[in-house]
Amino acid sequence: MDLDMGKYGFYVWGCYGATFVALTALIIASLRARSVQKTKLDALQDALKDVAKPDA
Amino acid sequence: MITWLANPERFTRVFAPIRPYIGGLAAALFVWGLYLCFASPEDYQQGDTVRIMYLHVPAAWMAMMVYLIMGIASFFGLIFRHALADAAAKAAAPIGAVFTALALITGSLWGKPMWGTWWEWDGRMTSVLVLFLFYIGYIALHASIDDEVRAAKSTAILALVGLVNLPIIKFSVDWWNTLHQGTSVVRMDGPTIAPDMLWPLLVMALAFKALFVWLWLVRIDAEIITRRYRTLRARLSFQ
Repeated sequence: MDLDMGKYGFYVWGCYGATFVALTALIIASLRARSVQKTKLDALQDALKDVAKPDA
Repeated sequence: MITWLANPERFTRVFAPIRPYIGGLAAALFVWGLYLCFASPEDYQQGDTVRIMYLHVPAAWMAMMVYLIMGIASFFGLIFRHALADAAAKAAAPIGAVFTALALITGSLWGKPMWGTWWEWDGRMTSVLVLFLFYIGYIALHASIDDEVRAAKSTAILALVGLVNLPIIKFSVDWWNTLHQGTSVVRMDGPTIAPDMLWPLLVMALAFKALFVWLWLVRIDAEIITRRYRTLRARLSFQ
């Protein structure tokens, strides 16, 4: 396997670099969005449970 | 089956356990595919720039496939009012937009050394740019309407209108003079591309597909959670 792309290095590595950055950003944004929404939902469900509890 | 899965709770119950395996499969395919990309020989005419094809072509295929999936989901949402259809279409849009942007960027980086230009207003490139604008329009329209039902309806219509662009992209190389080459992989008489270059292309195409499925399931789950949160909060504000 030869990683020297010769005179096309900028174009080939630019391509792989742009793809890596874009896909990594998409993965992080997707996982983060799910995690943020899950935290908000859990907090709201906990608050609702507290409201539903009968007074001691 | 689709009707059965259209229930958000059932959907989460079925797909949450298999999601990590799909993510793992995508990662493994990317490692294998990247190895093949750089182990494959350089092209006798294009030299090492042929390695751009292993990213550009799968990204372009996914750009079209994701839009088709978005269109089908929008159709089900609009006609049959499945609870999950709009969530599925909305979840697919940003992924499709990124794949389309990648197809345009990698195409441009391939075009400069091979054609001597970053951009040319030929049928294929222009129609893919239009596809990207449809994705951006879909995302912007969904974000600009607060009422979920109205947003789902308006964006579904936009997605269905955009479907017209898919055959234009596919057949643009046959209909108009273009810098792009004709079909060389999916042909009635078999691929015309050398096996040494076909394998990395197919493995990378599978890797992109697995990544899409995994990301799509994550984003649909996020959408289900968001809608559950909104419903609960609305119920709470009425009490």
